[in-house]
Amino acid sequence: MRAVRLSAVTATATVAALTALTGCTEKGADASSDRVINVTATDSKCEVSAKEFPAGHVELAIENKGSKVTEVYLLFPDDRIVTERENIGAGTKQRVTAEVKAGDYTIACKPGMKGDGIRQDVKATGGTAAKRDPRLDKAVASYRTYVQEQADATLPLAETFAKAVKDGDLEAAQKAYAPSRIGWERTEPVAESFGDIDPKVDVREDGLEEGQDPAKDWTGWHRLEKSLWKDKKLTARDSELADQLITDLKDWQKRVGKADITPTSMANGAKELLDEVATGKVTGEEERYSHTDLVDFKANVEGAEKSYELLKPVAKENDPALVTELDKQFAAIDTLLDKYRADKTSYDFTSYDKVGEADRKELSDAVNALAEPLSKLAAAVVVK
Amino acid sequence: MSENPQTDNAPAPSRRSLIGWGGAGLALGAVAAGGAVAMTRGGDDVDTVAAEAGAAIAFHGPHQAGISTPVQDRLHFAAFDVTTEDRAEFVQMLKDWTAAARRMTGGQAVGDGAFGGLAEAPPDDTGEAVGLKPSRLTLTIGFGPSLFQKFGLADQQPDALVELPQFAGDALDKNRSDGDLCVQACADDPQVAVHAIRNLARIGFGKVVIKWSQLGFGKTSSTTPEEQTPRNLMGFKDGTRNIAGTETDRLKKFVWVDEKAGPDWMVGGSYLVARRIRMHIETWDRTPLQEQEDIFGRDKGEGAPVGKAKERDEPFLKAMKPDAHVRLAHPTANHGSTILRRGYSFTDGTDGLGRLEAGLFFLAYMHDVREGFIRIQRNLATDALNEYIQHVGSAVFAVPPGVRDKDDWWGRTLFSKEA
Repeated sequence: MRAVRLSAVTATATVAALTALTGCTEKGADASSDRVINVTATDSKCEVSAKEFPAGHVELAIENKGSKVTEVYLLFPDDRIVTERENIGAGTKQRVTAEVKAGDYTIACKPGMKGDGIRQDVKATGGTAAKRDPRLDKAVASYRTYVQEQADATLPLAETFAKAVKDGDLEAAQKAYAPSRIGWERTEPVAESFGDIDPKVDVREDGLEEGQDPAKDWTGWHRLEKSLWKDKKLTARDSELADQLITDLKDWQKRVGKADITPTSMANGAKELLDEVATGKVTGEEERYSHTDLVDFKANVEGAEKSYELLKPVAKENDPALVTELDKQFAAIDTLLDKYRADKTSYDFTSYDKVGEADRKELSDAVNALAEPLSKLAAAVVVK
Repeated sequence: MSENPQTDNAPAPSRRSLIGWGGAGLALGAVAAGGAVAMTRGGDDVDTVAAEAGAAIAFHGPHQAGISTPVQDRLHFAAFDVTTEDRAEFVQMLKDWTAAARRMTGGQAVGDGAFGGLAEAPPDDTGEAVGLKPSRLTLTIGFGPSLFQKFGLADQQPDALVELPQFAGDALDKNRSDGDLCVQACADDPQVAVHAIRNLARIGFGKVVIKWSQLGFGKTSSTTPEEQTPRNLMGFKDGTRNIAGTETDRLKKFVWVDEKAGPDWMVGGSYLVARRIRMHIETWDRTPLQEQEDIFGRDKGEGAPVGKAKERDEPFLKAMKPDAHVRLAHPTANHGSTILRRGYSFTDGTDGLGRLEAGLFFLAYMHDVREGFIRIQRNLATDALNEYIQHVGSAVFAVPPGVRDKDDWWGRTLFSKEA
């Protein structure tokens, strides 16, 4: 039962407000000068012509006076992107426009196109401000950091895996396989939001689209999994696949910090991680050759728990009963998973082909028990 | 062929339009269904007429609906195991289930409905029954012997609720047997029955888990003798002498638990035996007609007992073969034991050998399992029919009395006692 229910009107209004804020780039310049903010980017500075501007249509007139290629972002307080322009060459000008509601924003210049950038706080005034909860902004910002950390930590592990594949070291590659996937599995819904990376790195053979050739178009971890456990031999093609995996994961690492993340997407992402467990891991389909499903399972639960912990302070206020239930069910599933590893700090889980039917049902029941209340988390963190 | 009763196609208000109307919505339903008595008295002894297929059966009453209620066409039966150790949480779930059951049997969506709510949250109701008629949905709860090993209920287990012994020929699959709880969902529309189980299971996540479930079609016994007796998958009329919903005296004597028998919390309740009986369809179909009729003790066309002309003629048991099914199952062969049968045919596709995975999902209600099913089933050890059937699933449940009113809930008489 839902303890807190916002009126549908409030919720719809919030969604509409967010929709209206979607950034867009346009060619035509706005005649009204107070709607144009001149952004002068250098290698060490990010100067803006106005710190306040009226809500509504706004245009950033960007000039890169530095020596490095730069990027300029207009960001929400939670670092979600309102609009952005990448690849602004030294000495060039670019324009970018957006429709913004009243509220606080940040303009960030990123000389060299990396890091958090040089930041300026700005404010859109007048009109009705979209309601924001600073705790949720903080939760989103923290989650964004977490997602980036997971990608950063994954790359070296993936490189170890790729190297073993290229060395033709079957045993070392098998050993490095599951650990290389943990960071990905913890944050999968964010990676999936890009649409193009997931099908390259995490698709299973049956997930290929019509017309795709398994011999040519099937790439990523699971293709290598098949080589390692089913074919039990590594070929030149596998070396190519290993290189491709690293290339694709670097793309992920580069883009993941800019993902569109909201409190709602965090909460629903947590639920989606449990959906992944329910449809892929519990059945043993995900890791059909390596049987390392429980490693993914654990990582999915950890990722869901991370989102939940960050959203918990707000959820607790809106729906204390839900938080009590989620605390209980997360603890229960963690305890259950611990039964399948001797050392609670390691990711050496029981091979899933050794997990019997009754135990699989018990795991499935635990997933249902957690996922059902988790599906109500988003409603408990909607800004009122 | 006797004519089938016409399905009333008069439009009843959709589930959607009933949302929020509560009792008024049900009254509206009665009018819109063509002025007939659309709402039958489900939980009463005096459950007279079979209502039209679309109507609602009253959820409240001294007995749970779904026992003496005229048998609906479809079944979804689910057995659950309790996973929570928290008694208060379990009791709350029973209350939540009752509230949902009250709405669904009235043709209303669960909670805040299937759409129109918060965009960020999944709807309370799963939605597939929106726009369908109440379809005479009944939801009947039962408590298995294993439940009494939990929550300190050991002292409350009725003497009449015994674990069934192993009967000759039983080949029980533990994954299709037993359960701490059961819910029997019967409706004239299969989607309405499945919707009910699905939504109760969803409410139950974290507290209970589904252990097994069974879909059924083609009722095999009716509790309405004025209707044509339905046939089982062997092609024979089944349940000719079943207890009718109108037979107050026989219901009282054989089905409802009375004060004298007790325990107090079960007065007005009953006991349910569920058996999944697989039929060896292919070998049965190759059996000569005479042998088929000898095995049952009735003729296949009319359903008349051996040597008699009409289905309802009193059987002369000695005219039948000693191992005829009717002869062995008849009350006079079992010290008068009589049970109310409410089974359904099932066909879960085919098995790995291409044989129909089909049979009878036997459901029977009785006031005492020992004097009812156990006695009869023991007597059926020599049944000629056994060559063609195999009992593969089994469960027994105490079915508590009815939910009296809007403040009452399933299992209150058991759980509020020593709360």
